[in-house]
Amino acid sequence: MINVDPVKTLQAKFPDGLLDVEERSSSRVYVSIDPAKVTDIVRFLFEDLGARFIIATCLETRAGMEILHHFSFDSMGVLVSLRAVVPMPEPRIDSIAPIVDGAEYIEREIMDLFGVEFVGHPNPVRFLLADDWPEGVYPYRKEHKDKYPYRSEEELEDIREQIRQRGTK
Amino acid sequence: MKTTIPVGPYHPLIEEPELFRVVVEGERVVDIDWRTSFMHRGIEKIAESKTYDQIVFLVERICGICSTSHPIAFCRAVEDLTGTRIPDRAKYIRSIVAELERIHSHLLWLGLAGHYIGYHTIWMWSWKYRELVCDLFERISGNRQSYAMLKPGGVRQDIKPTEYKGIVAAMDELEPKINMFIGAVLDDPVILARLKGVGNLSREDAIKRCTVGPVARSAGVDIDVRRDYPYAAYDLVDWKVITHEGGDVLAMAVVRLLEILESVKIIRQCIDQIPEGPIIEEILEVLPGEGIGTEEAPRGECFHYIRSNGTNVPDRVKVRAPTYSNLPSFRSRFTGERVADIMIILASIDPCYCCTNRVVRIEDGKSIQTLDEKRMLEMSWERTRALEKSIPHASGRLLKL
Repeated sequence: MINVDPVKTLQAKFPDGLLDVEERSSSRVYVSIDPAKVTDIVRFLFEDLGARFIIATCLETRAGMEILHHFSFDSMGVLVSLRAVVPMPEPRIDSIAPIVDGAEYIEREIMDLFGVEFVGHPNPVRFLLADDWPEGVYPYRKEHKDKYPYRSEEELEDIREQIRQRGTK
Repeated sequence: MKTTIPVGPYHPLIEEPELFRVVVEGERVVDIDWRTSFMHRGIEKIAESKTYDQIVFLVERICGICSTSHPIAFCRAVEDLTGTRIPDRAKYIRSIVAELERIHSHLLWLGLAGHYIGYHTIWMWSWKYRELVCDLFERISGNRQSYAMLKPGGVRQDIKPTEYKGIVAAMDELEPKINMFIGAVLDDPVILARLKGVGNLSREDAIKRCTVGPVARSAGVDIDVRRDYPYAAYDLVDWKVITHEGGDVLAMAVVRLLEILESVKIIRQCIDQIPEGPIIEEILEVLPGEGIGTEEAPRGECFHYIRSNGTNVPDRVKVRAPTYSNLPSFRSRFTGERVADIMIILASIDPCYCCTNRVVRIEDGKSIQTLDEKRMLEMSWERTRALEKSIPHASGRLLKL
């Protein structure tokens, strides 16, 4: 591992790839990136700077699907999280599994649970969900909260319509 | 001719049902694939409907053996989110509990590893000494497992000063036993022949496949959350990170044994230095934002990520247990190994073990033979016996089958 300031190095290397840098504390850095540049940035972090890939987190927000890739610079004690927001309803981002071996399982997991498509994944088959699980139903999305057994899209639309008519309190 | 051996869906060793498809050519393994989630509990989703205090109990139940590691990681994530600094006494109590847990987890692993290769003496010994630690936990927290000691902002229960003497006495009893163990394991030629060079993992592969914890350290990767991201009282006491070369099963056993001695050292210093004072810093408000907490569990780094929306219920909780990161290393580790060594290599990364159901051997798409737990163990023990015969003066050093 090379002892350099990861944020300054990233800013110098990808002047237009980084949208926002937030240094929350001396050991936590959140970097918003352009989703199209994710493979370039991850390759630079993992192969050139020697960061360790911890895991990816996916969460649903109003802006779209947010995918965070967490990297650790162990010798410096700095945890860098790359934040990429991809638009709904068809979230799609480049896969980093060809670069980082340890990312293969988590990308398949996010594919199952959130329905994010990872373009270029070497083995994009189901990982967590059963083989007979219906297509297009993603259990960790917010629309499924408190709605088990899950409802069809028509039923969901009915419920949304009822809520719209009732108005918010 | 290639043959696929499914190990699972109830895994011979891991308590979570998992399916490994091991592709073999003759006696040698050529590839491995992993399938999981036959009993997915949806803990991340359940956490989205619980308050921060309740989630501590929920994540404590992710793993019965790492039942302090996940709560510490979660509490650190909440403290990172809210900017809370925990009181000094709570730091020391967290370290004591976490290190006691490391000792009993490593002893559990050692016992099971001994059982799988047919050395039942090791199994009986190490579980006997593990009782010392479990009894301590019962005295400190009231439970032998799932101690419920953690709370965001500090710890839930104090360790009374009257308990210090018992903890030190247990450590005094344990240390010579561990030293005896190290001698017994490393001097036995059959154990060496059985473990050395089995399931090799090179340093490059360990880094490439993002391994953590004792698996990475046994391959010479010098990482440890306790030192790299200091938490609890680890930056206030003197200890060192244990690394080894080779990454084979023996190296992993050595790393874990030596780590037990380091844990004993840490606990002794914590008991000496622990200050008086409050044990909790109340968290009054959680603002919208995000937090990350990491912890060095006995098996490696636990990772928790929280997104808060400003209410008392989080928007998203992401949990990454250490085994998730260590499993990809199997692909490097298994290639070229014997079928009889599958058991011990699967056991080597210390996934959470369990009882077995069955292993079915399939040839040319047709199931022809069922390997159950007993047969798998027998295959492993037969190999140990064969090695014993080939090594002169091996018998009599440790009680055998």
